[in-house]
Parts: sequence; structure tokens; C-alpha cells
Amino acid sequence: MSDQNVLNDNQYLTFTLERELFALNIVSVREVLELTNITKVPRTPKFIRGVINLRGRAVPVVDLRMKFGMGKTERTVNTCIIIVEVELDGEAAVLGALADSVQEVYEMEASQIEPAPRMGARIKAEFIRGMGKSGEQFIIILDINKVFSAEELAAAFDPQPAGESREA
Amino acid sequence: MAGDDIHRQAFREEADELLMELEASLLELEAQPGNAELINKVFRAMHTLKGSGAMFGFDDIAVFTHDVESVFDRVRNGEITITKRLLDLTLGSCDHIKWLLETPDAANEAENKGPELLAGFRSFLPGQEPQGAPGGTDDAAAPQQELEKVESIYRIRFRPDPMIFSSGSNPALFIEDLGEIGACKAFLYMDKVPPLDEIDPFLCYVWWDVLLRSSERVEEIQDIFAFVEDQCELVIEPIAREDEACESLISKKLGEILVERGDIDPEILNSALSSQKRLGDILTSAGIVSEHQVESALAEQQAAKEFKDRRAPQTPAAASSSIRISAEKLDLLVDLVGELVIVQAQIKQAVAKSGDVFLNSLSEQLERLSDDLRDSTLGIRMLPIGATFNKFRRLVRDLSAELGKEIELVTSGEETELDKTVIERLGDPLVHLLRNSIDHGIESPDERQAKGKPRAGVVSLSAEHSGGEVIIRIADDGAGMDPGRIRAKAVERGLIAPDAELSDKDVYSLIFLPGFSTAEKVTSVSGRGVGMDVVKRAIDQLRGGVEIDSQRDKGSVISIRLPLTLVIINGLQIRIGEEHYVIPLSIVEECVGLSRHGGPADQSQIINLRGESVPFIRLREWFEIEGTPPSIEQIVITSVDGMRVGLVVDNVIGEHQTVIKSLGRIYRDVEGLSGATIKGDGSMALILDVPGLLRAINEQPATYREN
Repeated sequence: MSDQNVLNDNQYLTFTLERELFALNIVSVREVLELTNITKVPRTPKFIRGVINLRGRAVPVVDLRMKFGMGKTERTVNTCIIIVEVELDGEAAVLGALADSVQEVYEMEASQIEPAPRMGARIKAEFIRGMGKSGEQFIIILDINKVFSAEELAAAFDPQPAGESREA
Repeated sequence: MAGDDIHRQAFREEADELLMELEASLLELEAQPGNAELINKVFRAMHTLKGSGAMFGFDDIAVFTHDVESVFDRVRNGEITITKRLLDLTLGSCDHIKWLLETPDAANEAENKGPELLAGFRSFLPGQEPQGAPGGTDDAAAPQQELEKVESIYRIRFRPDPMIFSSGSNPALFIEDLGEIGACKAFLYMDKVPPLDEIDPFLCYVWWDVLLRSSERVEEIQDIFAFVEDQCELVIEPIAREDEACESLISKKLGEILVERGDIDPEILNSALSSQKRLGDILTSAGIVSEHQVESALAEQQAAKEFKDRRAPQTPAAASSSIRISAEKLDLLVDLVGELVIVQAQIKQAVAKSGDVFLNSLSEQLERLSDDLRDSTLGIRMLPIGATFNKFRRLVRDLSAELGKEIELVTSGEETELDKTVIERLGDPLVHLLRNSIDHGIESPDERQAKGKPRAGVVSLSAEHSGGEVIIRIADDGAGMDPGRIRAKAVERGLIAPDAELSDKDVYSLIFLPGFSTAEKVTSVSGRGVGMDVVKRAIDQLRGGVEIDSQRDKGSVISIRLPLTLVIINGLQIRIGEEHYVIPLSIVEECVGLSRHGGPADQSQIINLRGESVPFIRLREWFEIEGTPPSIEQIVITSVDGMRVGLVVDNVIGEHQTVIKSLGRIYRDVEGLSGATIKGDGSMALILDVPGLLRAINEQPATYREN
């Protein structure tokens, strides 16, 4: 096994969105919070739910389910905000990601991880870093920097910010 | 080595400041070439640069500065007079020193202007080989400087003519001036003052003996009294050089001093000494000297002692009056105080709910303390705007030379303080505006003469406090703006409808629209049509406003209003549905009720406010907040750029001290919001940026108005 003293690159935080199991490399996860009040920021993409107060800082919270087209995350006792650190345009940014529930820290060797399937997944292949397995269940390992890349966020802002719903 | 780097960094900072001062002094010197004080300032700045440069291993700076310093030493001694060429050279050397500071190791020969400049300076130094080895005169110059530094003690007797007031002079001011060139002790003689009912208030009855310790020479002290030379009796005598001064003076007998001062004859002294009473008493009772004169002489003895005692500790005392702190530490402190204010607000709310009297009084104390702490912390961040103004002197000088115009920059209100961040972010917009004034505003000298104006144009830059804001004005006495031409251009560019009715002020503000430029000739300075809208945007981001006033051939005035600080604002908290927002209180004028079914006004989105029609925006619709509004809504009337706009909200909650938090990278481009703040319950409320909001709405008028 790997050295205990080194921050393990092969540890993953697993969480669920709907029934599916996802994972984030522990290196990019800062902390996990209970769901608190999210302040909506008007006229911004719906999948960015708003901002929360993280010890005096305004941290944007992204609804991963909406991002992946699974519908809005509902508030339950298990709903959590995973605070992650991503790189936006070369700057470190702190974001929150909504998860239906957070499971455990799971260890996977690189050899246990398979490349992302070209098709078949509901999620864009570029967001997936690889597929792991826990027992019989697949774990989708997300590439958090791709999910929250500047282009992804900019694309969400650009075409008529929140204009669609008004036309309806 | 790390410690070394810190010192070198400290030197760089110090040098930057010195260079800035130097530049300012040089530009002032250009206006008044004979000003000895300015020449001294330049000399001292160069001297410090040389000294510290050598100390911290910036040898090229030390070597280079040495020759410049030598030239200014000669200027100081009156051997060389200030010329434009000398000033140009010296300004050039400021730039060169800056360059040396930035590239200390890689001395790129092509960019190195040093030798050229030095050759220029050497031509001012007779008896020096133009190609002489730099630093060759080091030993010769050093002792001379030391000589200059020695302080002497002077005794100054200043007996103003009784009629001195009639010339408009205040003799007391001269004594104050003396205090500025050295440590001084003044003794006032009032023996000539008649009884009260005989006093003529227009006559000066008093006179002074002043003991001055200064490094200035007698002539310089005389200069202070230059204007009243023929209206007073002035005696300036050096009584001792610093080194020998105190010893000899302290040991001097009262009698000797009185004799020396001419108050008594030596013979009288001798006869007086022969009796056994105390000297002072004898002389006084004999009516030879007044009691006052004796006291003064005694005080002189005392003063000399004090000078001696003070000499040693004086330097460290002066140094500790201010300290240098890194900006990051200050930012951290402000952040922490911001946190504290938020927590304090939360405590206050919790305590108010609990109803505990004791806790309540504690919480009130905490509120007072944290308010004071906040104010003084923000006070630390406040800097006078003068340094920024001074930077522009050079810009104006260079620009006017480039454009062949004669321009004088007049500044006022340099002491006005603004938050450090505001000052930093104000630099670029001000440069733009100044360039515009110089390029478009001020006419060429010939044109001005033809118009009957003085050939030299005046651009004035002023700052002043006004309520919770600072107003910065850039005024020129140039051609002014032509509303007709601006209008025509705006119509041509499709920015306004040809039949739009606009006041002159509205027309002027058109130049802040993107893509607007009236200059027929594009110069290197301005006229590319970028700039003014960037200026406007930058000022909006600072939560300020900008306004133009102009008169044909009289000139233009651009006024910028700015908040004092960006960290904390007073805000009006409002509620729409479940969402809370904060509107900066500085733009709120009043709040009025709005009945939901208010007839035709409801459709037209305009409210009649005491006869004035004010357009309003339904924030609920613009922000797409779900739910139905209450039957009576509130309109918050705001004033933006002189225009009133109402914002319809569900409910006005109240005033709220607001610590501004950035929304961060993701929300950077959201229009209409300037940040977030933390409410008493720990959740966040968004701060509205009303000018930005209006801009966003105006950009998509069709979709919004269809609603």
C-alpha cells in the first residue's frame, strides 16, 4: 500500500446524485458542509444556485444535478455542500457543489480505474476522469477542473443570461 | 540573504518615494527657479539616494547620483543657475534611477542612458574631465557636505517697527517661520507695552530675542525677514557652532551674555559685580536692565543646555513618529475588522432577542468599540491624494511639450484623504481625463491668443470632501465642448434618435458612451473613442459618479464623486419575496408607497412624485423572483448621475452597516450587483449596483419593456 505520510492521490470522496455514485479526488475537496441558506443571485444561470457565507466569504454553489441534466437538487437531511478548490484561469477559486448525500472516502489504485466510456453516460465524457468500482456499483470519477472550467461557466453566462424563461 | 532582500526591497520603496518627491520638487523648481528651499530638497533627495543606494549595494545608483548631487550642490551655492536644460537632465536622471532600480543586475547597454546623462551633468562641473571616472570626486565632496550639515546657534534680535501692522505683516509669523528651519526658543519682550487704556491696537509694542539652532546660514535666516527688512531692527549673530556651542554657552556667565548682547557695558558689569548681591537683582534694581531682559538671558543659558540635552535623542524620536507597514498586513487587518463587525451585528441581534438586560449593555459596549475600531482601522488606509496629483505634473509637462501647448497644472486639496484602493484605482481614469483636457480642451497657444486668452492654458485638479463623499474636479480653461457637435456625432453613430430632446448636460454625458469620439484628428494621446466609457465604467466600479459641465470657449469641468471607502458602506436593506438586497444609502433619496393597482401609472412604469415624473423598475420582475408582490409595495427613490429612478421592492427593512464582500470570479460579469454582505443571521444579502443595473436594463430595453 501507499505511504501514509503522503497526502494520497488515490483517495476519493464518493457522493450520490440521484442514484448514481460519483467521486472527487480528495486533493481538491476542502470540506463538506450541511446545506445552509443559499442566496440566489438573480439573472445568472440556474445551475449556479447562488452564494453561501463560508466564514465571511461569498462562495458560489453549483447544483451538480442541474449541471448534469438530472433536475434540481431537493433539500433533504442528507443534502450536503462539498467545498472544492478549482483552478479558474490560473487562479484558485473556491466553489460549493451540491450533492444528494456524501458517502465515504474510498481508496482506488490507478490500476483499478478504467478510462471513461466514449458514450453511454449521461454526462459529457470530458467531465469524467475515469470509472471506478465499489463492489458491483460503478463510480464516476469527475474531473472537477473540467466541470468548473472557465469556458463551462462562461458558456452558461453568455447566451442571454436567464433570458429564456422570460420569453416563455 | 533573505534579510538582505528585505532591506533592498525597503530601499526600493524608499527610493520610489524619494523619486516621486524629487520629481515634484523639480517641476516646482521649473516654476520658481530661485527657490532655495526646493533646491535644497532636490539636493537632499539626491544625497539620500546616494547614501542609501551605496549602503544597500545599489552601487550604480550611488555612482550615478553622485554627479547629479554635485551639480545641485553648486546650484545650492549659487554657482550654477537652474536652466531648463538642467531640469530636463535631472528629470531624465530620475527616469534613469528608476530604470536602475528595476534592472539592477542586467545593465542593458542599449537602454542605459546613464553615460549620456552624466556627460550632460559634467558639463556643469568645471574642472572635471567630461569622461572622468565616475565617483572620482567622492572624497573631495564628502568633507564639504559635512561642513554644510553643522548646526549653529544664532541669537536673533527682532524689533519690529511699531508701524509694522500697517504693512500687513504679522511679526509673530516670522518667529513661526524660524521654528521651521530649526529648533528655536523665542523670548517676548513686553516692557514697551503701555497700560491698557493707552494701547493703540494698530501699533506693535513688543519685540523678540530668539535663540535658534539651525543648519541654515545667516543669509537664509535673513531671507525670512526679507519683506520687513526696512521695518524692523534685525540682528542675527551666530553665537556658537554646534560642537563648541553648548559647552561655552552653558559655562558663560550671565553678565558676559548681557554684555555681549549689548544690554550693558562691561564697566557697569564690573561695578555691579563688585557688590555681593546676585547679579540679576543688582542689575534690575539699578534699572539698567529690565527684569525681563535678565530672565531672557537666563533662559538663553537654559536653552543652550536644553539644546545640548536634546541633541542626542532627537533623531530617533523623529523616526518613530511614523512606521511603514506592508499593504497586505493592512488589508488583513481590515478584513478581520470586517468580520468582527459582522459577528458583532449577529451578537446584537441574538442579544436583542434574548431580552437580557446585562447582555444588552455588554453588547452595546461591544458595538461602540467595534465601531471605533472600524473607523480607526479604515482611517489607517486613508491616504492623501496629493501623491497621485503630483504624479500628474510630469505627465502634464511631457504632454504639453509633445503637443506644443503651454499648460500649467494647478492642484488643490492635496490633503484630501481617500481609501488606498480608491486612490490606486483612480489613477488611470484621471490620466484619461487629464489627457482629454490637455488634448481636446486646451487650444494651441496661437489659437488662445487669437481668442484673447493667455497663451498658457490652465488645467486644475482639485479634491474636496463633501458629505460622505470626495469630489475630484478636473477643470480646464480651454475651448469647452460643443453640444451641437456632440449631438450630431451621437446621431451619426446611432447612439441617440435625431429628435431626442436632451439638455446640454445630457448631451455632454453622451461622450461616456462606448465608441464615442469627436476629435477629428486622432492623436497619440486621445481620440480613439476608447477611454471615456472606460473612465465612466472605472468610476462606476468605485461606486462613484461623473458629471460634465462646459461652456463654449470658457472651458470644461469634469466632477467625479467618490465614496470614501470601498470596504464598508451604509446600506438600506430591502426585501423582495424571500430575498434580501442592500441599496447603498448614499444614492437613496426617499421611500414612497406604491399601490399595486394604481391605474395608468402602473402600466407606464412612471410615478408622479410631487409633480415630477420618476421612472421606476420592478426589481421583482427584473430579478425574476417568484411569488406575488404584496398589495402595497415600496418604491425606493434613488438618484443616479443626477437622474431619479425608483426601485420597486416588497418591503424596506432598514439601514444596515454593510461590509462589502466580493462575489468572486464567477459572478464578476453580473451587471447590477457590486457584491454581497452578511446579514445578522449569517446568510448573505446582495448589494445592488444601481448605475450598473440601469445600464443593464437599458441595454435590453425591448425585452424588458414588453413585460
